[in-house]
Amino acid sequence: MSQPSSGATPRTRRGFDAVRFLEKYGTLLFLLALVAIFTLLNERFLSSRNVTNILTEVSIFGIIAVGMTYVILTSGVDLAVGSLLAFASMCGAWTVHQMGGDFNLTWLVAISIACVVGTAVGYLHGKAITLLNVPPFIVTLGGMTIWRGATLILNEGGPISGFDEGYRWWGRGTLLGIPVPVLVFALVALAGYVLQRYTRYGRQVYAVGGNPEAARLTGIDVKRVLVSVYVMVGFLAGLSGFLLSARLGSSEAVAGVTYELRVIASVVIGGTSLFGGLGGVGGTIIGALLIGVLSNGLVMMNVSPYYQQVIIGAIIILAVAFDTYAKTRRGRR
Amino acid sequence: MADELLLVEGVCKQFPGVKALDRVGLRVARGEVHALLGENGAGKSTLLKILSGAQKADEGHLRFDGRALDSSDTPAQRMRLGIVTIYQEFNLLPALSVAENMYLGREPLVAGFLSWRRLYAQAQSIIDALGLDLDPRTEVRSLSVAQQQMVEIARALTFDARLIVMDEPTAALSDREVATLHRIIRELEAKDISVIYVTHRLKEAKEICDRYTVLRDGQLVASGDVGDVEVRDMVRMMVGREVEFLKRPAHVAPGPVVLQVENVCRAGLANERHVTVLRDLSVDVRAGEIVGFAGLVGAGRTELARVIFGADRCDRGAIRVNGTQLALRTPGEGIAAGIVLVPEDRKQQGCFLTQSIRQNMTLPSLGRLSKWRYFVDEKAETALVEEYRRKLQIKMSSDDVAMITLSGGNQQKVLLARCMALRPTVLIADEPTRGIDVGAKVEVHQVLFAMAEAGVAVIVISSELPEVMAVSDRIVTFQEGRITGVVQAADATEEQLMRLMTLTHDEHRLHAVA
Repeated sequence: MSQPSSGATPRTRRGFDAVRFLEKYGTLLFLLALVAIFTLLNERFLSSRNVTNILTEVSIFGIIAVGMTYVILTSGVDLAVGSLLAFASMCGAWTVHQMGGDFNLTWLVAISIACVVGTAVGYLHGKAITLLNVPPFIVTLGGMTIWRGATLILNEGGPISGFDEGYRWWGRGTLLGIPVPVLVFALVALAGYVLQRYTRYGRQVYAVGGNPEAARLTGIDVKRVLVSVYVMVGFLAGLSGFLLSARLGSSEAVAGVTYELRVIASVVIGGTSLFGGLGGVGGTIIGALLIGVLSNGLVMMNVSPYYQQVIIGAIIILAVAFDTYAKTRRGRR
Repeated sequence: MADELLLVEGVCKQFPGVKALDRVGLRVARGEVHALLGENGAGKSTLLKILSGAQKADEGHLRFDGRALDSSDTPAQRMRLGIVTIYQEFNLLPALSVAENMYLGREPLVAGFLSWRRLYAQAQSIIDALGLDLDPRTEVRSLSVAQQQMVEIARALTFDARLIVMDEPTAALSDREVATLHRIIRELEAKDISVIYVTHRLKEAKEICDRYTVLRDGQLVASGDVGDVEVRDMVRMMVGREVEFLKRPAHVAPGPVVLQVENVCRAGLANERHVTVLRDLSVDVRAGEIVGFAGLVGAGRTELARVIFGADRCDRGAIRVNGTQLALRTPGEGIAAGIVLVPEDRKQQGCFLTQSIRQNMTLPSLGRLSKWRYFVDEKAETALVEEYRRKLQIKMSSDDVAMITLSGGNQQKVLLARCMALRPTVLIADEPTRGIDVGAKVEVHQVLFAMAEAGVAVIVISSELPEVMAVSDRIVTFQEGRITGVVQAADATEEQLMRLMTLTHDEHRLHAVA
């Protein structure tokens, strides 16, 4: 279930170790098994329309999950992403509205504002954490309510809608048959993976998460790395917010409520440890897909949303329990 | 056999790919202090874990106090039987008091509620029985390392321990504290409590232990009375060859002064009670020279090293490298100025245990090993890791293996390689051979010699006088934040150094600093 850290795992000298195999590929296998089961139960599951639906749904929170992977790798967390998604998107939509709403490139203004707002708020979170020494959990918990409140203030609680074609293309359009949000997700995921696996910055993030004091003594500017991961997730929350508003045709004050749970669950199911230093983007993508497939499949089976909550919650716990068990077992060797 | 407390016979333990224990035996009598010796990887830890119940042996049996031990015992059950282990890294909760730590989970109750009065009273009686000077209400985190160890021993006594296993008990203690520990062990002996004493400090084993057992590569090599062997013999049994601390071979005279520390002062912060205040420290180090910092634990050597490196701020005074004055605020700036530090506690401050050897070794050098500015040049990286693997003879099956799987000695080598790869002007090695076996110690010393040979100014901090004396050209003695002497290693004697390390305040004023 865990994506091996870019340093891989200790070698096993025995033949086939079921637990290690499951640890590495378990989530992926589980995902494939779910797809198989749902297809058997309902042949429309793998129809191109449904697959497109799943992927587009997943993209919206998956984009944020890529950034959240970095945050959790530093053993931090960002609970404010759902609220930030709404706030950034509302800022973008509101600006477009103020400017009349019927000029060329409304989408450009909206996406720029949303991303800038997301980045700025992420920076604020990061600074609060590193300068005030308040734990990330608390800072972003506060942020969660603050930015939700700001969203409500901005348009007095109401939605903003009436976007033009160019704007809505970003949520509903396709390029080479692939929905635009999915393409954006693919790009973000690729960039996130490359950054983690091949760059110096990626190594620094793992170091800060694994042992912050040792990281400092090797000359890494730990505070700067910490601020950067919150900036990253903030930017991605803004981007997602824009895409969501494009897809729905309106920017709503209640957008993104409970998204933080889905995002964090994707990262954790994907194998990134909450204690930092282990895991990665690859696992997160599988985790996000798993959640998307599970939600969609259960809906197709007409399972009530109430049961859905129970099932998804149980799976999250089981996935992490297995991952912890597999890691402990390895540690004891 | 009536006074035999512990009998271990024919114990075997296999891990994937390695036979950790091969028909190992051990006998400990009541009230005996038994030294368990062996290089790292010899099987000592595994044997101790089997004894404490943390691991199950594949074969063999154990008898304790006349009864056979059930191999399915949990550590808690073994502790109730009276076998208590004190590990090198303590199992204490820093935020709780001494008494709470001692009785954790077994606090005395009155009508179902915790009785603080009884808790402190009971703790105090055990502390007094040991002749310790501890207040049971003190928070453990404000105690020194040596005092924390005392708490661990007191805790062992609350279990009515009959056998106390001490794993490297003196690794972090000064000589004075070691003497206190030994006194306590003698008290335990007098109470008919046995001690298994695992250590790399063979002189201590000779001093305090009655009998010894040597393991090598998972096998029992020898066992007998300590009085019948010399330290030299013990070393030979452990490694199978004669090993001594080799003195630094004849070398070229040191070059120009590279590092100048002038009148450095540092006041501790309010929340750093255990950090030594530095008072007016000055020292020079030349290129190609090895300077040893000797002193008791807490004398200020590590504090000065961290200030030189930039890990802690300097309140007053100047630090110059090659003539240029530095105002270092971060370790990054220290590294950029050519100073590197191998930290004292490799587990907490040095290693990224879940990361690979490769990542551990190359992390600060990635600037040099990059392509397209931001990406890691993995080929160059592999070449660097291979270069240092050869140079330092680091034992690893592949460079992708997690750091946690390496022995202490190999981990230390990886950290040294990390620092060497930065091509420093000044290398500060803080306790570079702590907790590693004799053979590996000598290898680390060779590395330090080679660095000096290459023109690096080397500072070695060590609490083992024989090591400081063998490795250094000059020795600087510290005491309570002051430098009390600078001695040429060739002329130094252990007594002289010890005297300089333990001066009283009055004598500080009378003593001229060379």
